[in-house]
Amino acid sequence: MKTRTIRVDNLARVEGEGALHITVKDGAVSDVRLSIYEPPRFFEALLRGRRYGEAPDITARICGICPIAYQMSAVHAMEDALGITVDGPLRDLRRLIYCGEWIESHVLHVYMLHAPDFLGYPDAIQLAAKFPAIVQRGLQLKKAGNAMVALLGGREIHPVNVRVGGFYRVPTRAELAPLAERLRWARDAALETVRWVATFGYPAFDQDYTFVALRHAAEYPFNEGRLVSNRGLDIAVREYEDHFSEEHVEHSNALHSTLKGAGVYFVGPMARYSLNFDRLSPLAQEAARSAGLGPVCRNPFQSIIVRSVETVYACDEALRIIDEYEMPEKPFVTAAARAGTGYACTEAPRGILYHRYRLDEQGLIQAAKIVPPTSQNQKSIEADLRTFVAGHLDLPKEELTLQCEQAIRNYDPCISCATHFLKLDITRL
Amino acid sequence: MVIGVGNSYRGDDGAGPAVARRFTAQRLDGLRVCEQSGEGAALIEAWQGADAVFVIDAVDAGAEPGAVFRFDASEQSLPSRFFAYSTHAFSVAEGIELARVLRRLPQRLVVYGIQGESFSDGAGLSGPVQRAVNRVADRIGEELQARDA
Repeated sequence: MKTRTIRVDNLARVEGEGALHITVKDGAVSDVRLSIYEPPRFFEALLRGRRYGEAPDITARICGICPIAYQMSAVHAMEDALGITVDGPLRDLRRLIYCGEWIESHVLHVYMLHAPDFLGYPDAIQLAAKFPAIVQRGLQLKKAGNAMVALLGGREIHPVNVRVGGFYRVPTRAELAPLAERLRWARDAALETVRWVATFGYPAFDQDYTFVALRHAAEYPFNEGRLVSNRGLDIAVREYEDHFSEEHVEHSNALHSTLKGAGVYFVGPMARYSLNFDRLSPLAQEAARSAGLGPVCRNPFQSIIVRSVETVYACDEALRIIDEYEMPEKPFVTAAARAGTGYACTEAPRGILYHRYRLDEQGLIQAAKIVPPTSQNQKSIEADLRTFVAGHLDLPKEELTLQCEQAIRNYDPCISCATHFLKLDITRL
Repeated sequence: MVIGVGNSYRGDDGAGPAVARRFTAQRLDGLRVCEQSGEGAALIEAWQGADAVFVIDAVDAGAEPGAVFRFDASEQSLPSRFFAYSTHAFSVAEGIELARVLRRLPQRLVVYGIQGESFSDGAGLSGPVQRAVNRVADRIGEELQARDA
């Protein structure tokens, strides 16, 4: 019996602390475990007893890269519980701030965390030494996204301007004008990004995923829609817990999710893209096609192309919103506290983020449930690795390790979110 | 410019911001002060236009709590282990090395690291770290004065 072990301490270039252990017995993969050992953060418990209005500010602390996603899911869930609807320019401003977050999150991943893998560099610094202009472009593009979040949210990290009902303050058209200027440059830079990543080499690794994402009647989804899959799922967000369940597995501090009837499922840019290609702007669709993608993408290594295409879309959509914007009279819709339960699901950069809150008559939170996208993707990551390693067992250990890490980075996992995430062990027996 | 890096709600990770706040209170002429979470790309933006920058961050290097490390980043590369931005991938050290490669380092960049005792949830510095914060703030004050002299 021969045991092979591949070990990665502290998976690099992912958010958070995670480790990977793979067992290969007599030449076949017998076990794959993605261990999230970042300590649990107990946000769901922390929220109990707090006022409904505090949820966006508290949950934003779950993540420094995607705080807007938490704020959007929180406010929509509270508004569902309180029976109010946010429409018109306020609704558009929410899409706009989400565009900013998608841009800064996707661009950080594409340039700093993922591209080095494809180009054979250990990190972005080595990549920058060889291609300084390209990395500068990435930094400037990320900065444009951060600027959008700062302008609309009042602060780049953990924005302070988002509230139940809308915003504390809304911008004037004049305040948005300089942003439009930056976004026109950003849109071009995003198109360059798609052209750049299209030149990378991609292993043939199409997988038969069950994709899950929001789908809306008219738009590429951010905050609203029904939950759909490519296998017949079509439910209202409030039915989420009837169809998706969470379980605690021994090797992870982040709960694993399954879809009843399908088991493992996949959320994030590729899921959104494959279920909503027809909702992308014409420019984004064209960029995708020029990069060699069809309306569905099943190769997780090509997620870097999809993130780049979504960045183009976010710039395009942001410019459209700014162009049509008329400052609303009131920055928020008022609500009266009442007992009830509210549900929401919004599309974080990494996939669907589900929030559910139960409030008492005074509007105090009695119970909270938060399901981040990365915890939902854990089983999919493990399944990919199982398939990938099985097909590459003959590779030398170092090479296999690097490719496993890259395969995990395909998911742009946010392990700090997943625990409310490389230590890679492959034991060959 | 003084940049305090860290999270005040993670125990001794608040060391950097604590040093920065000493300078915010002093309001020295011509001195910019800011607090940063430690994301590398944001740091590069923060020090644009400054010719001399002091960055302070907590470290977890296995040293005695309160131990102070000083690096002249104009002279040497930073060990990335020291300044890991724990839950996100692009740390102080990587930000600085990236800036070096892109020629976006300030003329003078000095980085102070303070070994933390505890990084668990909650605000408040441990005793050794609080003392180190005072020492580092004094030393930076001296370095600033020596520059102006």
